[in-house]
Amino acid sequence: MENRYHSVRLDVSRCRGCTNCLKRCPTEAIRIRDGRANIIDEKCIDCGECIRICSYHAKVAVVDAMETIKRFKYAVALPAPTLYGQFRGLKQPELVLEALKQIGFDDVFEVARGADVVTKAIREKMKTGDIPMPLISSACPAVVRLIQVRFPSLLPNVVDIRQPMEVAASMARREFCLKRGCAPEEVGCFFITPCPAKMTAIRRPIAQEKSELDGAVSVMEIYGLLLPHIKKMQADPDFHLATRYGISWAVSDGESNAVCPEDSLSVDGIPNVIRVLEEVENGKLKDLRYLEGNACVGGCVGGPLTFENNYVAKNTIQTMAHSMPRRHPDEDVPSSCLNKYPVRNDRRIEPNNAMQLDSNIIVAMQKIQRIHELMERLPGYDCGSCGSPTCETFAEDIVNGRCREMDCIHLMKQEIQRMAQEMVTLAQMKRE
Amino acid sequence: MNGLIHSEYPRETADYTHAGEASADIKRQLRQLGVSANVMRRVAVASYEVELNLVIHSEGGVLTLDVFPDRVVLVSKDRGPGIPDVEMAMREGYSTANEEARALGFGAGMGLPNMKRNADGFEITSQVGVGTEIRMMFMLQ
Ligand SMILES: Nc1ncnc2c1ncn2[C@@H]1O[C@H](COP(=O)(O)OP(=O)(O)OP(=O)(O)O)[C@@H](O)[C@H]1O
Ligand code: SF4
Ligand SMILES: [Mg+2]
Repeated sequence: MENRYHSVRLDVSRCRGCTNCLKRCPTEAIRIRDGRANIIDEKCIDCGECIRICSYHAKVAVVDAMETIKRFKYAVALPAPTLYGQFRGLKQPELVLEALKQIGFDDVFEVARGADVVTKAIREKMKTGDIPMPLISSACPAVVRLIQVRFPSLLPNVVDIRQPMEVAASMARREFCLKRGCAPEEVGCFFITPCPAKMTAIRRPIAQEKSELDGAVSVMEIYGLLLPHIKKMQADPDFHLATRYGISWAVSDGESNAVCPEDSLSVDGIPNVIRVLEEVENGKLKDLRYLEGNACVGGCVGGPLTFENNYVAKNTIQTMAHSMPRRHPDEDVPSSCLNKYPVRNDRRIEPNNAMQLDSNIIVAMQKIQRIHELMERLPGYDCGSCGSPTCETFAEDIVNGRCREMDCIHLMKQEIQRMAQEMVTLAQMKRE
Repeated sequence: MNGLIHSEYPRETADYTHAGEASADIKRQLRQLGVSANVMRRVAVASYEVELNLVIHSEGGVLTLDVFPDRVVLVSKDRGPGIPDVEMAMREGYSTANEEARALGFGAGMGLPNMKRNADGFEITSQVGVGTEIRMMFMLQ
């Protein structure tokens, strides 16, 4: 079932069937049926909004546990720069990198270095002229999947360069094999992930045949393991190689500032991303050259699998970046890098037609007609008691045969009143 | 003639809070129909521009969506004030948008030209003191 893989799952035993996640899901992918939440696979973009909102911790992100790295002869850790932000006041990323080796990894490769290469690749692409305006970042997989579901007309604007973690993994594997003289398949490359979206992108890549990564362990788990080590460490200062720009990809603005400091916009938080994408689709942001969208507030430091408060983490990252030399990836990344490693996507990003009511357009039109009719009778409270997020989605679910009119307690009440009225009339008739 | 799908969106002068909602709903319906990305993109631009013109320039009116098996039709019809020189209004850069609209980023004088460019069929009729009617058609295949 790899082609339907989702990292975000429901722990049925904890779900109380409340409507919190139902209301929060940006793609209307959740329904409450038989008193439990249900995630519609085709619509879910793994953004993790439901994980954040669920008070009962019934929504979970499935990632690899630390033990899985033992499946490989060698394991290389690829920390998202967000990991550095977890350690309040951290000055040197080297400390984190060194500590990762202490907890069982054979080597470490910064994903921020991948971000440097991606920065350069996108900048080269932007010089070539004929590119869509604005170019939309492909770094946040939740945003790319959101575009597939809700803004398919914007897919041509999504940059066709791989995510930093993918580029970093290609580099890491090659470097490690050269260093140790081992075979590529002996090496497991593990991303240290802030979110389920990246996990899903590894198991079920959007625009690659196969991910360069072998798995992902959460920032949260790694943070706990690293903490005891980090305090008593001395680091080798040459160990860390990414630029301040690469590291800044962990926070909102970091990417656009590296890629295209002028005429760019960065938006964070899914509802804000949706608002801006609407405007792009309506042709209102034509002068914009680059759009960075992050599903999480503050950028990846706000990921659902992080430990530190995202504002504090942002501050840690920014302070660290400011103390680093001003080298830009333009100078820092050798051009040969762009040919040596795969940086382009393997295939086009296809629309996700999960919102389509029927593959036959006439049938789809008839369904919309019925939705309009139903909308006239539904109260418009969007209360969620029927198990669908809004009256409109409830009408959609009815025409798709997923529920019945009487699942709406308000229609039910009307029906009962009507029947009661009928009984009264009947009773009166008998008396005469 | 009404289409298989028919929706009406009344818009009032300077009601910026609801501006964009008609276009958002139109896009939602077209997504449910699974229309191609190309049509989607063109209808998105044209419906938004025409909806905003109703809010910014008209004394109130209605935008209607009709979808037929082979085409999408958008009609905007308002109660005035009408456009004195339609040819001039169609030119890129021509705008009479007021301060308020300009402060919100409108008034580049690109709306009508963009509608014409994006639609497969475009007609505009206007009479001062009566109103403006714009009809746009988009082929589905
Ligand atoms: N429904 C309407 N009623 C009256 N006048 C209109 C109407 N629609 C357009 N106009 C006139 O035509 C002009 C050009 O319209 P157009 O949409 O091209 O530009 P704009 O609305 O001024 O600016 P933009 O659309 O770029 O924000 C308007 O400034 C206005 O004078
Ligand atoms: S913003 Fe970053 S952490 Fe959040 S979903 Fe996107 S990639 Fe993951
Ligand atoms: Mg206009």
